[in-house]
Amino acid sequence: MKAVITVIGSDKVGIIARVATLLADNGVNILDISQTTMQDIFTMIMLTDISENKLKFTELAYALDDLGIQMGLSIKAQHEDIFNSMHRI
Amino acid sequence: MLNPGEIMQTIKMISEENLDIRTITMGISLRDCSSEDITKSCDKIYDKIMNYAKNLVKTGEDIEREYGIPIINKRISVTPISLVAESCDEESYVKFAQALDRAAFETGVNFIGGFSALVHKGYTKGDHRLIDSIPYALAETKRVCSSVNVASTKAGINMDAVLQMGRIIKQTAALTEKEYGLGCAKLVVFANSVEDNPFMAGAYHGVGEGECVINVGVSGPGVVKCALEEVRGQEFGIVADTIKKTAFKITRMGQLVAQEASKRLGVPFGIVDLSLAPTPAIGDSVAYILEEMGIEKCGAHGTTAALALLNDAVKRVELWHPRMLVGLVVHSFQFQRMQE
Repeated sequence: MKAVITVIGSDKVGIIARVATLLADNGVNILDISQTTMQDIFTMIMLTDISENKLKFTELAYALDDLGIQMGLSIKAQHEDIFNSMHRI
Repeated sequence: MLNPGEIMQTIKMISEENLDIRTITMGISLRDCSSEDITKSCDKIYDKIMNYAKNLVKTGEDIEREYGIPIINKRISVTPISLVAESCDEESYVKFAQALDRAAFETGVNFIGGFSALVHKGYTKGDHRLIDSIPYALAETKRVCSSVNVASTKAGINMDAVLQMGRIIKQTAALTEKEYGLGCAKLVVFANSVEDNPFMAGAYHGVGEGECVINVGVSGPGVVKCALEEVRGQEFGIVADTIKKTAFKITRMGQLVAQEASKRLGVPFGIVDLSLAPTPAIGDSVAYILEEMGIEKCGAHGTTAALALLNDAVKRVELWHPRMLVGLVVHSFQFQRMQE
């Protein structure tokens, strides 16, 4: 099962490190990353494999959301199907 | 493989353009809940609704969190009560409304529709009693919605019903005077009502429907408007194509949520209803879409034509079970540029 994690907010030191660490600690494998910083706005999209996720999906989503609040970012985890259904036949 | 542009487009639709699932509505047949004894009938109704819908709200919340798409309302619709209550010899059907209200409260849904009657061709005893009870039912309950179908294309208009509903509306307003006539916000008078409408206050579970069903209503005027901003001034074919593609994406999202809810609740998936009806949120109005298409101000000459074109573009989304809420007859027009 795959999830899309998006991180948006003001650029600062440690964003990728902290998000990746949280995912690694919970057995989530990062399959693909796309990241860009434009005029100090950091945007990152990660495609992850959550089949070995130690937490329930909603718990992972909450954990990422909490991390986002701590760092002043918006971090959302969403099941990939929402994107697949809208953009693929 | 998804590309970052598509992912950001979806995120933007949800966070900035007011895309959401307006409602998940569970339709429940109460055809087997009739009884000569009103208390028995109300108990059957309450039990059946609780049995099917006890996990509806939680399932909606879970799906909302996992997919990141707001699901604003969870609701229930039932068989028109005028049919279910007819076997009772009671004059007042307020007790039925109270049973529905209790079930709505216990399941956590915010509205339950179906305190309804279908009188487009004539009245039965049950219809009379239901309609007479409407003002009291809406005054004494919080979550019950009511509707009456007074006309249909096949049958014509029941003018007696039209007259009566005028009085019923006034009476409902009077009885809910302290709440600024709130009762009337929970009452709909229809022509050509549909059996599987998921939106309130006119939702009911039609007699041609199955035992239980999940219907989803998706709201997207803000999304369509923003998509049209990108193609402002372009040829009409491109405008129509943009509307089609956007409507497709919105409907697919609704279908995904509906199928997921259906799977988790063990209830068949019914329909996705794509609504471009406006919400109070700023930028979330179909009037803005018409203006984006080139009408100077919504209401100016060309508005009806633009609405028909919008309808046509949306209806051509070729999917299993989509339906547009706006019931206009659509003809195709040949326009080059709406703005000229």
